[in-house]
Amino acid sequence: MDLLTQPVGLAHYLAVGTILFVCGVVCMAVKRNAVGILMGIELVLNGANINFVAFGAPFLRSDKQFAIGLDGQLIAIFVIVLAAAEAAVALAIALAYYNNHATIDVDRADELKG
Amino acid sequence: MNSAIADFLIKIAHLSAGQQWMAYTVAALVQVTLVLTVVMISVAVFIWMERKIAGRIQDRLGPTRVGGRFGWLQSPADGLKLLCKEDLIPAQADRVLFRLAPYISFCASFSAMLAIPFANGWVAARLDTAVFFVLAVTGLEVFGVIIGGYASASKWSLYGAMREAAQVVSYEIPLGMCVVVPVLLAGTMDLVDIGNAQSGWCWNWYVFHDPFTFVTFWIYATCATAGVNRAPFDLPEAESELVAGFMTEYSGFRWSIFMMAEYTAMFGVSALAAILFLGGWNGPVPVAHLLGLTAIDNQAVVWLVNVLGCANFLVKVFVGIIFMMWLRWTLPRLRIDQVMAMCLKYCVPLASVMLVGVMLWAFTFPGGLLKSIRPGQARASQIQRPTAETDADHMSDVGWVERSEPHQFFDNGMVGLAAGLKTGPLDPPYCLQPSPIEKRS
Amino acid sequence: MEAIHWHSFFFLLFALVACVFAVAVVVSSNIVRMAFYLVISLSAVAGLFFLAGADFLGAMQLMVYVGGTLVLLVFGVMLTARGPFVNMQTSGGQWVMAVIVGGALLAVLLQTVWGVDAWWGRKIEHVNSQLAETPPTATPLGMALMGIRTDRVGSPAAGECGYLLVFEIISVHLLVVLVGAAYLARAKRNPRKVAAAEPSPPDSIALQSLTLNRDN
Repeated sequence: MDLLTQPVGLAHYLAVGTILFVCGVVCMAVKRNAVGILMGIELVLNGANINFVAFGAPFLRSDKQFAIGLDGQLIAIFVIVLAAAEAAVALAIALAYYNNHATIDVDRADELKG
Repeated sequence: MNSAIADFLIKIAHLSAGQQWMAYTVAALVQVTLVLTVVMISVAVFIWMERKIAGRIQDRLGPTRVGGRFGWLQSPADGLKLLCKEDLIPAQADRVLFRLAPYISFCASFSAMLAIPFANGWVAARLDTAVFFVLAVTGLEVFGVIIGGYASASKWSLYGAMREAAQVVSYEIPLGMCVVVPVLLAGTMDLVDIGNAQSGWCWNWYVFHDPFTFVTFWIYATCATAGVNRAPFDLPEAESELVAGFMTEYSGFRWSIFMMAEYTAMFGVSALAAILFLGGWNGPVPVAHLLGLTAIDNQAVVWLVNVLGCANFLVKVFVGIIFMMWLRWTLPRLRIDQVMAMCLKYCVPLASVMLVGVMLWAFTFPGGLLKSIRPGQARASQIQRPTAETDADHMSDVGWVERSEPHQFFDNGMVGLAAGLKTGPLDPPYCLQPSPIEKRS
Repeated sequence: MEAIHWHSFFFLLFALVACVFAVAVVVSSNIVRMAFYLVISLSAVAGLFFLAGADFLGAMQLMVYVGGTLVLLVFGVMLTARGPFVNMQTSGGQWVMAVIVGGALLAVLLQTVWGVDAWWGRKIEHVNSQLAETPPTATPLGMALMGIRTDRVGSPAAGECGYLLVFEIISVHLLVVLVGAAYLARAKRNPRKVAAAEPSPPDSIALQSLTLNRDN
């Protein structure tokens, strides 16, 4: 099998990041549970993180003049920190919604509907 | 060590390039089996020790019948009994998650053992961020607990699981801060290097390095006990309040897996304490160095010295475990609000103050208060990490340290300050080392 | 047959786990199972970080993301997973729309990713030596967060400064989030004010919901 004996390059990492990103987008679009939507957000952020880290790896690409070095990992660190912060706030919002409406279904949040 | 075993297997079996993966797989399995065996035997000994110590503290004898006067065979007998018990799963339980939960806990606890060295160089996977990795993986154990508590479809289990998750996750913060202190003193997160930095006499151990580290050690002991849910922090498993917490619905083999996970986690945090604070595999007296054995380059002598180091290490780990068991059977249990208050109101501020104190101490006394011989330093350089054949033309393309003159780092004032923060007669941090090309040329 | 390239083998392993469980998160309808699949997927992503040379970041992902953020998410799931029996399935039409849009996005992105020739593995030289010499990243990352880029010493001014400002901003941001989340999720303690303000169910719905109702 070619994939097992040849080194994988940046394209393979980016493909994984893309799949995770798209799964996250579909999850955000499809789920009715507020916490399920949050999980979609986490998937999106992780797909982006894989992209950043893969671009920052010096041995995955052969065009050295575009290497970004440590920037990739640093940005990924900040993304992880911000994702944790955003998950905390979003969960607080979801819990407040649940406490006030007795349901976690976001489709029932239609009081402002014209 | 992995490549040594694999190379040996490839040689004797004359494996072609396409079949070499079998040798590497066997080598990895051998290493994992070794660590697993040590841990499993330790767990069996701990269970017996726990019952004996509990008995003695409570003014009774503990097991005395199974296997002779001291009840040596009590642990295997218990294991056999648990294997033969009926396998119960509650009717409303989520079957897949119920079955999976104990194994998640066990895998998380055991994975932390992969990065912990038992002697100089005796480690399954030598990582540069070993300390961080051990902490991170030990923190994953909480998932097994939550999933097990939820999947049991029982009020007691869920409450116990929630309490345990809150407790473990909260105590990870002061635990992390306490662990940063010896990392700061050693300048590296590699556990082997931290152990070697404490070689020599017992006053080289970090627990005696300065008063702040001494206090940090006791805070670490508290947080580690809370992190593995041992009394007095064992409210999640409170027998008198929550039946058995998240383990209520587990019986037989699955319960024994949870127990093994808990004892392995105890072993892990105790091992971490031994390496970070108590000198790891270095005994109080540097016997091997005084006998001149460390200067000999013979492989058998190095192995012998490492066996001695491993014995030292295991003694320290067992002392830590006995301390935890002593605490369990002496102190009453804390309420969950007391547990959380202890973490957030006492441990976190104390750990922060200790961290700042150690930083100031290391800045004021860079070499430590006592200058002493560190025989482990010389031997540390003999432990070779596996490196591939390097090509000088391509080395500058690799890695984060560019090809540059070492003195260039000191021109910048900020870097000079950072350079002044290095402690003791140890190597500078990684970024200030000349790049590998400079070392070779 | 040639020797197995171990980096590729482990990459395939972790990538398959991450992708399969990410799809499982989307497809599953049980919220607790979704959380569990997400944990496995993100742990595999941590493995991918280790493989890409980011050892510190991989450990950080395990500790902060999986061990912190996902525990928080699972807490949220536990507190809200039970309630009145309600059907939370999404209609088929919405699924079709979502899959079409997602599929289109996937096609576009994959085509972009596979289009660049320099990013393929077969073009890289001396991979084994480069892999083996992947240096530890903890200290360079720490120094970069303090404003000193140790990988760019000696290069022209652009890109030489570190991330000190971002670090400070993130610290303040975390403080704000801490206070804000604690305020948002506080329990209302004044029963008179609550009864007068809205005729809503009592505020301990979350705790009441820890019953044995089993649903989505």
